[in-house]
Formats: sequence, C-alpha cells, structure tokens
Amino acid sequence: MSLWKYANPVKFMALSGRILPFVAMLSTSCLLAGLIWGFFFTADDFKQGSTVKIIYLHVPAAMMAINTWIMMLIGSLIWLVRRHHVSALAARAAAPIGVTMTLIALFTGAIWGKPMWGTYWAWDPRLSSFMILFIFYIGYITLWQAVEDDDTAADLTAIICIVGSVFALLSRYAVNLWNQGLHQGATLTIKETSPIDASYYYPLLFCIVGFILLFVTLVLLRTRMHIRIRRTKALLARRCL
Amino acid sequence: MIPDLGKYAVDVLSAYVIALALLFALVAFSLRQSAKARADLERAEKQLKS
Repeated sequence: MSLWKYANPVKFMALSGRILPFVAMLSTSCLLAGLIWGFFFTADDFKQGSTVKIIYLHVPAAMMAINTWIMMLIGSLIWLVRRHHVSALAARAAAPIGVTMTLIALFTGAIWGKPMWGTYWAWDPRLSSFMILFIFYIGYITLWQAVEDDDTAADLTAIICIVGSVFALLSRYAVNLWNQGLHQGATLTIKETSPIDASYYYPLLFCIVGFILLFVTLVLLRTRMHIRIRRTKALLARRCL
Repeated sequence: MIPDLGKYAVDVLSAYVIALALLFALVAFSLRQSAKARADLERAEKQLKS
C-alpha cells in the first residue's frame, strides 16, 4: 500500500471523511481533560505562583506554531517535487491554524512575561524569531489570496515556506544558539528525567496531545474545504465553456 | 469553583480567555467556511446537471 494514493482527492475525501469525527472527538476529550486537570487540580508553583497554569496553553500552542510550519514545508516540497494538489491544499489549510497558534503563544507568553520578567515584550532571540514567524504566516496567507491561479499561488507560497522555515527552526533553537535573552530553555526535553514535576507534566502531555489532534482535525476539515472550492471552480469554468 | 489564583488571577484568567477565544474563533471560522464550500459545490453540481 502506498501513501501516495491519498494524493488522489477522491481517495483523500473518502478516508478523511471517515476518520474526521473520531479525531475531533479524541481531540476534544484530550483538551478538556488536560485543561480541566491543569487549571483546577494542580498546585501553584513555589516561584511562579498560579501563573504556572498558563503553561497548559502556552507550550502546546508554541509547539504547534513551529510544527505547523514544518508540516506546511513538507506539503510544499511534495507539491514542488511531485505536483500533488492535495499536498499544496493541505499546506494552505494549515496556515490559519498556524497563525492562530502563533498568536496564542505570543499573547499568553506576553501575559506570563509581565509578572515573571516585569515586561510584556523584549527583543529576545526566541520572542523575535516568533514574531518574524507570525509575519511569515500572514505573508503566506495573503499570497495565497492574492494570486488568482492556484498552481502559481502554490509555487510562490512554497518558496515563502522554504524561506520561513529558517525562522520556524530559529524559534525552536534560538535559546540554544544565542545564550542570552529572557526566555528560558525548552520545557520538555527527551531525557530520562523530566525538567518539570509530574503533577504539571501529565496534564501538560494531555494538552499537547489535544492540540496535536485539534491540528489534525482542522487540517483535514480545511483541506476537504479547499478541495471542494477547487472542484466548484472547475465545475463553474466547465459551465462557462 | 474557580481555584484561588491569588495576586495573578487577572493574568491567568486573561491568558485563558484570550487563548480559548482564539481557538473557538478558529474552529467556528473553519466550520462556517467548510459548510459554505459544501453548499456551493452542491449548488454547482445541481446547476451543471440541469
């Protein structure tokens, strides 16, 4: 069985239609469980007080902001190499999700920063690269809307996506590359011992899984939408001939 | 019902309100756009048949 068969819009619509309700339900359950557990049933941190509860929104949103761009990069590269329309449309479908995640990360980070750092914003390497990533998202969405021919738009936005990947990766590794600024290092690392206490770690894991599944749900929903819009355009063009 | 958030109550609650509002807006916007795309396609298919 080859994954490429799902590049066929008919097969993609059939498969995504079947799995969409399950992913949506799973996403809602994980998000509700993680957020309720984290907000209502975790203790305050001894240094940060109750602001530690912002972690359940800030960390998953920031992770998804970066990973959405990486997914868009993969979709764009598949489009450039193999010219599969579904991959280009999936990249397009992901962009509004990524921009929302970036906004959530920026807002919750600013609100968290004020009581902890004494400022809402600083031109710190991680914060600045996140702001540039946000601008790239806006540029990417605007370019899709500005270019009338879908294939040309997919080509041009794929180039934006490749360039913007530098900032997506910088957002992730800025703290390691420039050891300066206010933002701390990664909260979650692939190590035997977790850097945060288990009472915060497990609800955070639920929230991260919930955000990932929400992303999958919305990408499927929005890709299906773009396939339908494209089909409608093709039918109307045929009618005009 | 709401836990005692102490002196940071405004910060924590505003972070949750803003984040959840943005998430709800994204989901609502996607559902609305998706329903419109489905209706437009059905209309176009009917027109083509007739």
